[in-house]
Amino acid sequence: MGGTIFQYEFIIKGLFGALFASITAGLAGTYIVSRRMVFLSGGITHASFGGIGIGYFTGINPVIGAAIFGILSALGIEYLAVKQKIREDSAIGILWAFGMAVGIIFIYLSPGYTPNLMSYLFGSILTVTIADIFALGILSVVLILYFGIFYRTILYISFDEAYARTYSSYVDVFKYITTALIALTIVLNIRMAGVVLVISLLTIPPNIAMLFTKTYSKIVIGSVVTGFAGTVAGYAISYFAGIPVGATIIFTLVVIWVILKLLNQLMKKHI
Amino acid sequence: MAFLFKIHSLSAGYGTDVVLQDVELTVSQNDFIGVIGPNGGGKTTLLKVILGLIKPQKGTIDFNYSILRQNRIGYLPQMSAGDNTFPVTVTDVVLSGLMIQKGIVARMSVEDRKRAKVVIDELGLNGIKKSPLTELSGGQLQRVFLGRAIIGAPELLLLDEPDNFVDTSFENDFYEKLHQLNERMAILLVSHDVGTISSHVKSFACVNRKLHYHASPEITNEQLSAYDCPIQLVTHGKVPHTVLEKHD
Repeated sequence: MGGTIFQYEFIIKGLFGALFASITAGLAGTYIVSRRMVFLSGGITHASFGGIGIGYFTGINPVIGAAIFGILSALGIEYLAVKQKIREDSAIGILWAFGMAVGIIFIYLSPGYTPNLMSYLFGSILTVTIADIFALGILSVVLILYFGIFYRTILYISFDEAYARTYSSYVDVFKYITTALIALTIVLNIRMAGVVLVISLLTIPPNIAMLFTKTYSKIVIGSVVTGFAGTVAGYAISYFAGIPVGATIIFTLVVIWVILKLLNQLMKKHI
Repeated sequence: MAFLFKIHSLSAGYGTDVVLQDVELTVSQNDFIGVIGPNGGGKTTLLKVILGLIKPQKGTIDFNYSILRQNRIGYLPQMSAGDNTFPVTVTDVVLSGLMIQKGIVARMSVEDRKRAKVVIDELGLNGIKKSPLTELSGGQLQRVFLGRAIIGAPELLLLDEPDNFVDTSFENDFYEKLHQLNERMAILLVSHDVGTISSHVKSFACVNRKLHYHASPEITNEQLSAYDCPIQLVTHGKVPHTVLEKHD
């Protein structure tokens, strides 16, 4: 083995990328799974593709375009559902397709060749930059501090929003901040797993953890651990088998989930 | 007994809808008031106005702040079945009743956990204190939410149809518990089951847009219709239920 700089960079990016992806996805994922916001998060993901398209067209960094689009659509969905009494699932469905449509139109209109489109749809470690990893690292710190400091407040608002309103006037503030952070988590992880696959990165690890615990804080820790294990394994398999990394990670995570689910049921039967 | 709050010529509702009109009510320490009335008559709205969740369209509520600080109201909301899959334990839910006394950076101290333990023991939930809500029966859930309502040692306890999900085996225990709590706090109990609660409450408030206060736990069909309060008066035993016509 030559141990080229390329290989070292790949391994460093892979390991830190996996670490920060599993921390952010574990924290955000436990929240969206517990609150049954998975479909909303899928909507945010696809809506942010519109920002990627506009980024290409205007020459702005597509990740920044996606972040703006993602956060605005997330807050828009919350706002539409609460204030305008529009059915939330319909609002999500419309925004989901609209974002994809905007993205495709602007990428089509962009001059020249757009080689990285596939990497945005399905993720690619090759196009992940050190800046992307750095951004994910900062987001990890922000999320750990946010969920750590406001743990009880966020937990109880998520559990019983109506009751939380009887003692707190900050319910909406926390909901909007958390949703915006989830949108950021999704957008920054798109580089890893792609628009199509990123939602699984958020939903599978908490579901694996929930096989073993029903306590919120333990689900977070379990999600980060299983997410990290699955992501690193996925990287390794994708590297040696020469197959796309995003798809490999998701495939690995689902296989882990299925195996543990079966083991879990077997164990329950035999106790 | 000192009064806790006085409601004066209060109207309340949603948007331009008026659900409650010209309500007068004084609640004092040690009161145990059964709040009865037809569906949509304004029972839950009354609780929400007292809790400050909706603002009165007209009129006032004067709280006796020397006794009843804002954080001294315990609340047991109406329970809906099937929304208890959130990953949270019995102890965590009971502890959440203390949030009203804490800021947004809430930490649960050793002292708080001791209080939770006392409430959990008192309500017979000790065996399931670490269980997630998904594994509980309706009656157990109701006790957990009662625990959340009383852990803050409130001066006033608002209960919104707590009998909906209580299994019959727990019903007597539940009302016995309320009697004990009533020695420490005033209780407003919203219920459909006038027959059952009449042997527990000290007075009635009949709510059907207007509020009629009835200062005795005995109430007859004639009185209910005089109060324009068309509800079922269920008697014990195999007596057929009576549904009163609404008077014009």
